[in-house]
Amino acid sequence: MEVSLDTQTATTTQLLNGEAHLEARNINVWFSGKHVLADVNLQFPKNSVTALIGPSGCGKSTFIRTLDRMHELIPGAQLSGEVLFNGKDIYGPAIDPISVRLDIGMVFQKPNPFPTMTIRENVLSGLKLSGRKVRNEDSLVESCITRASLWPEVKDRLNSSAGSLSGGQQQRLCIARSLALDPEVLLMDEPCSALDPGSTRRIEATIRELSESMTVVIVTHNMQQAQRVSDQTAFFLAEEGEPGYVVEFGPTDSLFSAPNDPRTEDYVNGRFG
Amino acid sequence: MTSTVKSPARKPWDAKDSGYRYQQLLVHVGTPLLAALIVFVSGIRGGSGLFFTWLGLHLITGALLAKFGRKKSTIANSSMEILLVASLILFVSAALSVLLPVFIKGISAFSSNLLFQDAATVEPGAELINGGILHAILGTVIIVILASVISIPIGILAALYVTEVRGRLTPYVRFFVQAMSGVPSIVAGLFVYAALIVTGVLSFSGVSGAIALSILMLPTVARTAEEVLLLVPDDLRSAALALGATQRKVVRMVVLPSAGAGLVTASILGVARVTGETAPLLLTAFGSTAVNTNPFSEPMSALPIYIFTQMLLGTDNDVARAWFACMVLLTMVGVLFGTARLLVNRRSLK
Repeated sequence: MEVSLDTQTATTTQLLNGEAHLEARNINVWFSGKHVLADVNLQFPKNSVTALIGPSGCGKSTFIRTLDRMHELIPGAQLSGEVLFNGKDIYGPAIDPISVRLDIGMVFQKPNPFPTMTIRENVLSGLKLSGRKVRNEDSLVESCITRASLWPEVKDRLNSSAGSLSGGQQQRLCIARSLALDPEVLLMDEPCSALDPGSTRRIEATIRELSESMTVVIVTHNMQQAQRVSDQTAFFLAEEGEPGYVVEFGPTDSLFSAPNDPRTEDYVNGRFG
Repeated sequence: MTSTVKSPARKPWDAKDSGYRYQQLLVHVGTPLLAALIVFVSGIRGGSGLFFTWLGLHLITGALLAKFGRKKSTIANSSMEILLVASLILFVSAALSVLLPVFIKGISAFSSNLLFQDAATVEPGAELINGGILHAILGTVIIVILASVISIPIGILAALYVTEVRGRLTPYVRFFVQAMSGVPSIVAGLFVYAALIVTGVLSFSGVSGAIALSILMLPTVARTAEEVLLLVPDDLRSAALALGATQRKVVRMVVLPSAGAGLVTASILGVARVTGETAPLLLTAFGSTAVNTNPFSEPMSALPIYIFTQMLLGTDNDVARAWFACMVLLTMVGVLFGTARLLVNRRSLK
């Protein structure tokens, strides 16, 4: 708990100082000309956890994919605005999307370890895929799996297939796989939506620990989860046929306890969505 | 919470109902026997007579059982079950009526020299202890391997272009692959003959035959490979891209290994598609009676060509050799399929 208080203070300070580790400026998104996300402005301070909440189809997942340039891989995707990472626009003309994705990791909704690789190979897959070398593979594997709170469960079967793990273990393996690249930011798109409560709790604990050393952005449908893990929360909403937008953005405590917008209040109290 | 009365473990769904069993036995064993009796007595002749008598009779008795039997069912349900069994019987007997004669006649013609000698000195009509089909076996192996070397890489690359690169030419590639799979095999042979042999680029040779076969093999490999690659979940591609992989690495380290077993199957299907092709080889490899292991010069034989020319000779001994060659050809394709299945199973069990 101490950790979370510390980070929260840090977050608030940084917000006041206006130094964001990652910042979305006027992000608009279209799919084949259809406007799906309008004017999103969010700041993600260093070592903070930000929750993106909102009903289905409001553009949260679309937005999080703009933060590591995964968005552009969808056919028909268009975008305007800037995403500043350490002050530089990741959509700048000289920026290689691959280097962006090395610094900004992503964990997906459905656990997606590589089924043809072992647990160990999965953790090292990011290095292999990006053509990097590391001196001590064993210690990297151990430290990444440990940070993803999976080590005791898999330490004796690192060479068995990743497919033999349960869903919750697979998701933690995916987190370990992202950590192996030592990213500065970790994006998580509903990482617990397919998991049981026990696995969810472990992943939440992992997120809190990770936030000591990296900036985390997490999309979640679970309001309790947002309250448990995040320092700040953004509430997305989309009216029928209209693009999604951010209704309210602020420190998690105040957004849940004293929301400024009546729609936020209705949503966080479970009256719609 | 201890209960004093313990209910023993049972399988209520397996409860014995002897009345039901006797009814089933009576109808499903009795009907074929009755059909056989009717055929025997009435003078209806042939397998198809028996088949249709049985089918009609069983549809009636099955309907009666469904309506009045111990466990009621609908007539539509029982009829459908009987029709499914009937089509299975039809399919199996069709396959057997092709395979059995080939193996019976092939084995009766067997003599070990047939496998280890060529036909260079064999006169038409000569006894079976003279000469053999070694030249045709080697020819088929060499030509099919060459055709595979040409078409499997191209086919898989075309499939990768369609599923992974998804470039601007994707619809055209897909269209041409589909159109090519409709090309009659003789046209492939004529094309190589007209474009490469008449113009003097190549002669009648193994490599000409391989090129003709690869034209036929390519669409099969490309289409099957495409279907297999589409089965690789997009989640895995996203995962790899999010880890900072280039597309080349995604394909090499994630997509291809995941689809590996399927790609082996795609290749084998392509090989099986062309191993028995005759027409294109007649116009390109041309055929020969002696062993020729150099695909780049001189005509080369192959099992289908050999079977074709032996049948044309028409004497009993030549036709017997043709049956033997048929058996060898079928065995080769069978072994190929069997190996592919084994490989695939082992890979997927890992």
